[in-house]
Amino acid sequence: MTSGTPTGVTPGAAEGGFGPNEPVVVNLGPQHPSTHGVFRLKATLDGERVIDADMIIGYLHRSMEKLAEERTFTQNIPFTDRIDYLAAMSNNLAYCLAVEKLCGIEVPPRAQAIRILFAELQRLASHAMANGTFANDCGAWQTPLFHMFRERERILDMFEMTCGARLTTNYMRIGGVAFDLPPELLPALRSFLDDLPGKIEEYRDLLLGNEILVARSRDVGVIDAEGAVNASLAGPVLRATGVPWDIRKADPYSGYEAFDFDIPVGRNGDCYDRFLVRMEEVRQSVQILEQLIDNIPGGAWLAELPLHLRPPEGEAYARVESPRGELGFYVVSDGGPTPYRFHCRAPSLINLTALREMTIGGTLADAIVTLGSIDIVVGEIDR
Amino acid sequence: MNLPAAEWYDLRDLNGISRLITEWVADWGPDWLASILTGVIGALGVLAIIGPTLLILIWLERKVIARMQARIGPNRVGPVGLLQPVADAVKLILKEELAPRAADKWVFFLPPVLIFVPAILIWGVLPFGPNMSVADLEMGVLFLVAISGVNVLVVFMAGWAQNNKYALFGAMRVIAMSISYEIPVVLSLLALVFFTGTLSVNGIVLWQQANDVVLFLIFPMSALMFLFGSTAELNRTPADISEAESEIVAGYHTEYSGMRFGLFYAVELANTLAISAFFATFFLGGWWLWGLDQWVPSWLILLAKTGLMYFVFIWLRGTLPRLRLDQLMSFCWKFFVPVGLVFLAVAATQRTLLIELGWDPAVALPIYAVINWGIAGAGVAIYARTAASPAQRLPSRPVMARGRLGGLRAARELADAGSGD
Repeated sequence: MTSGTPTGVTPGAAEGGFGPNEPVVVNLGPQHPSTHGVFRLKATLDGERVIDADMIIGYLHRSMEKLAEERTFTQNIPFTDRIDYLAAMSNNLAYCLAVEKLCGIEVPPRAQAIRILFAELQRLASHAMANGTFANDCGAWQTPLFHMFRERERILDMFEMTCGARLTTNYMRIGGVAFDLPPELLPALRSFLDDLPGKIEEYRDLLLGNEILVARSRDVGVIDAEGAVNASLAGPVLRATGVPWDIRKADPYSGYEAFDFDIPVGRNGDCYDRFLVRMEEVRQSVQILEQLIDNIPGGAWLAELPLHLRPPEGEAYARVESPRGELGFYVVSDGGPTPYRFHCRAPSLINLTALREMTIGGTLADAIVTLGSIDIVVGEIDR
Repeated sequence: MNLPAAEWYDLRDLNGISRLITEWVADWGPDWLASILTGVIGALGVLAIIGPTLLILIWLERKVIARMQARIGPNRVGPVGLLQPVADAVKLILKEELAPRAADKWVFFLPPVLIFVPAILIWGVLPFGPNMSVADLEMGVLFLVAISGVNVLVVFMAGWAQNNKYALFGAMRVIAMSISYEIPVVLSLLALVFFTGTLSVNGIVLWQQANDVVLFLIFPMSALMFLFGSTAELNRTPADISEAESEIVAGYHTEYSGMRFGLFYAVELANTLAISAFFATFFLGGWWLWGLDQWVPSWLILLAKTGLMYFVFIWLRGTLPRLRLDQLMSFCWKFFVPVGLVFLAVAATQRTLLIELGWDPAVALPIYAVINWGIAGAGVAIYARTAASPAQRLPSRPVMARGRLGGLRAARELADAGSGD
């Protein structure tokens, strides 16, 4: 250093440089290309190897759980869109299920079918995003991401034709859904389902068989089944370790018990398995939609409810299998028009807790891949 | 050399113009002026070629990548977006150039300029035609190798001076990787040098012309080593770890903004173009194409081959993920270096047989090609089998639960059932 005071380097640099083997602290984020939002990973590195990883969250905290206590039960539905903005439908569904449980509302069969339809479409969209960004984190320069966006775009178009919004849909209502299916939706869905299996095969060829991707993600970010269960992980991150746990099977909601689909699980619990499980879940979702598309019952799509909903005093917890794992809403009512307590069990937050365990010992590049494979949504972590 | 003494207006050999001017100066001026003038004309010629080519290449790269990514690409500025690179350059020039307060001032300002030096010098030994290179050095290959090594120093200066950890990481990775990958590149070129018996770049082209064969067919492994080694030295996918965007933001030029960044970017493309041209020269016959060079300007043939190789680089970038530093290193040291040494011995042996025993090249070269493809294929197959870890050999299909549901016990049952498959 010839001039200036070195700032932002490890203390000790000014007094004659780094000591031998002194670890370097690198902040990945809050502004960083691969933190998927404003999330900060403070990595302590020994060379390229991560010896400690500190997760710092809270940059996107919007105090939703407190704000929700000031709004009526129906007014809280838009909040759930914004908790996980990549899976708004699933969040809508989980919250509505919780309130319906609280009030004992019976949802009409047509509404249930429509809910499954959109929840599965949302899973497709979210997994497309997750797999695309994961490939991006592995260094495949945007190509898989854009190809998956092409598929996701068609799903978002279907959302738009149904409820007018693409990301923050605000479509589900307590007791059903806001609008009936538009006439052009089912043909669009039909052609989408016809195209998708071919596209999935394309992605398998491009990504799953790619030696570089295998080399980058196999044996990286490993967590075993016991560790995953102990950390109460859920969703693809848990299933990648080999635990066959899916809320759609374990605690069926909204009529999932009528559908035939399988749970894919991984073998090794590494990043590649998480990717693999998501790829296979896309196919299972297509299978569910294929069974659903010709069997949507007629009738009402919204239950008859009082305009001002005042649930009885009590509490309810409902959970769904969101694309990221077990998404639960816990709602407490004191008999008034607004919830007394509104809590969200966000899968991203809980899956993220295992990141430290997965990253330590790997390289910096592995840490990025691992973070990408957990598929976090920062809006859900911070709420 | 091979062409009949070309007239100055002969488009097949632009050297005629330069010679005409030099001779005209030599008529009335001192000799040193004539030789300096030749150099200046050559340098201006090189700049005149790579400058506009770069602008087109930036557009081309963005357009091709966009098509690969199911996008349209730039299409707003000028016809089909052709002026986009110009607009980018104007934007970069107008941008404020920031320097971190803690940066080492001189070492920070110099690299964007210094990095241009090897990028221009490297073109000096490239033969655009039989007589068309700025300096047809006797040891042109050595010059090429030496010049491409200078980059490392400049990049490290840049990475060090910014006082930024990402930049330092990027620079460290460049050094580790470039120095390692220089060895396979040199080994691959050395095999060619052994075999053709010349260190001159033009000599290698002339050898290919004399034997009516492109060296890619005889030394496929050297071609692969040169290609992959250059992607590592150029920091392009799949070896772009020094500026891995998803990991260390922009690598060694993280803190450079405005035109300083623009220079790094331009040099990167110019180097890619140069390496494409040298690959075309060494392995695809350069300006020569089975007699077509008698009818078409030789520099156009070289340009076409260079474009082909550049497309390959774009293609790789649009398709492949990135390897990790340690994987790249082990690939270099555990595969490329041994295989390169094997091929060095092979090239030496084959050359000796050709010269000492007086074998007929028309018979021997096809046999050599078959043998060398065989060795290369075997080498790749052996490495592919031994390099993958047990986990990497796991099937790329998940286990299906088939009705099992639950926690750890179900997981164990599934694992037992899965291992029985």
